[in-house]
Amino acid sequence: MSLLTVEDLVIEYHGTTLVRAVDGVSLGIEPGEVVALVGESGCGKSSLARAVVGMETPREGSVRYRDRPVPALGLRKRRDEFTSMQMVFQDPNSSLNPRIRVGAQIAEGISAGRRRGEPDSKPGEWLERVGLPAEMASRYPHSFSGGQRQRIAIARALAARPDLLVADEPISALDASSQASVAAMMRTLALETGAGLLFISHDLAVVRLIADRTVVMYRGKVVESGVTDKVWSDPRHPYTRSLLAAIPEPDGQGNLPAAPTDGAREAWLNSVPEALDRE
Amino acid sequence: MSDVALSIRDLTIAIGDRKAPKQIVGGISLDLRAGRIQGLAGESGSGKTVSSLAVLGLLPANAVVGGSMRLGETELIGLPLRELRAIRGRRVAMIFQDPSSSLHPQIRVGAQLTDHVRRHLGYDKKKARAHAIELLERVQVPGAEEALSRYPHQFSGGQRQRIAIAIALACDPDVLLADEPTTALDVTVQAGILQLLRDLAIERRLAVLLVTHDLGVMSAIADDVAVMRFGRIVEAASREQLFTAPQHEYTRELLAALPGAQGAKGEPT
Repeated sequence: MSLLTVEDLVIEYHGTTLVRAVDGVSLGIEPGEVVALVGESGCGKSSLARAVVGMETPREGSVRYRDRPVPALGLRKRRDEFTSMQMVFQDPNSSLNPRIRVGAQIAEGISAGRRRGEPDSKPGEWLERVGLPAEMASRYPHSFSGGQRQRIAIARALAARPDLLVADEPISALDASSQASVAAMMRTLALETGAGLLFISHDLAVVRLIADRTVVMYRGKVVESGVTDKVWSDPRHPYTRSLLAAIPEPDGQGNLPAAPTDGAREAWLNSVPEALDRE
Repeated sequence: MSDVALSIRDLTIAIGDRKAPKQIVGGISLDLRAGRIQGLAGESGSGKTVSSLAVLGLLPANAVVGGSMRLGETELIGLPLRELRAIRGRRVAMIFQDPSSSLHPQIRVGAQLTDHVRRHLGYDKKKARAHAIELLERVQVPGAEEALSRYPHQFSGGQRQRIAIAIALACDPDVLLADEPTTALDVTVQAGILQLLRDLAIERRLAVLLVTHDLGVMSAIADDVAVMRFGRIVEAASREQLFTAPQHEYTRELLAALPGAQGAKGEPT
């Protein structure tokens, strides 16, 4: 049984004009699998992530977690069976409560896990798992750096012992020197417990490092998907090709990455069937 | 060399109350040369942004600045505000990470492109407008003439950064300070902006200070790179030397932390 199944998902926003942020996306995550979702800003990747955990209501299509539809996240407490799905957001300043000690915030995650019959643990242990000293549990979020705060947000999500972790740009608020190591840490910690990880990022170099499968989105649609190494080494869709060609290589050679032409951008809207579900 | 546009010597910056100021920059020296891009790398909090803001005197009121910053013959440290204003935007211009916050949302692009030209260079309305169209064409904003009567929100992020660059270049400055100019942009858009900065530096003989934590960006367009840590420059070298034969331990650590430099999946070095 798949951990997560998204089928023909459509998400729309009604403003002065109707915006179809996600336009018929399907994807699945198996236990112990890291799936990366990449694409430019506005391509719908965050909308998809939010729909997965019930923060957006699908216009069409479905999101099923362990074969049950994910209920909308409301003001009421989430039913225990769905707390095994946890999310890490981009900005730890808005996802951590500034007035609660970090230990107490992690403890909330632990008790959510315990209600599902998971074993007890101490907040300090989780801090150590993400590379922070256990004694820091008695501090408030403001006494940590941005990078440390994001580690705490990750610790809190993991403390609930999730089997599905959804992370929306979890490393872009971190310093360059710790991005790759935190991403690798998320992979290790998720896989230790056999959990699935949906990792959303615009940083393709990091995605290559940690994802088993990669899903590339452009304008609300999946344009390329499949085994990361395949997508990376032999991209089939013109958008994926442009995306990979545009990454500046830190080799000191002074090579300018290729900027896509307007003509190339038009081709990004084409669908390329052989670019999907690459094995 | 004679083509040094801005010479920074032993720059120190301390911020905080008078009794216990906190040292942010502890004596850095850099030369920005015409037509070259000088990179300044480092993590957040290393002092790279503060150093670039100091050039324009944009630090908070409780900042204490020491050392020397010479723009041609002019010493910028201790310069009266009146004279500093004549330099800001005229001889030294700046672009920031987020063009949606550096452009005024309620003022048309045309006015934002011509106000400082009319003030600094004394152009009349018509001449300033023609100049603005020329600039927008140079930075490749489509439909330059119509663009003048639009507001920033009507442009995409990449075009907004192009407009910000056009505004910075309007008075033909000697020095361009670029603080994380592509960090907020998509990678496909970033490529175009990098190309533009590279070309402009050469054709306008601009001395560019490129502040970024992104070593890929640094490697693409910087000619020389200085690495900052805890308010000091730990290593300064030509681009190629810095990337291929880093001397300082910290530079090596930064390069080793890059995703490509690591081992197999799930094994951070």
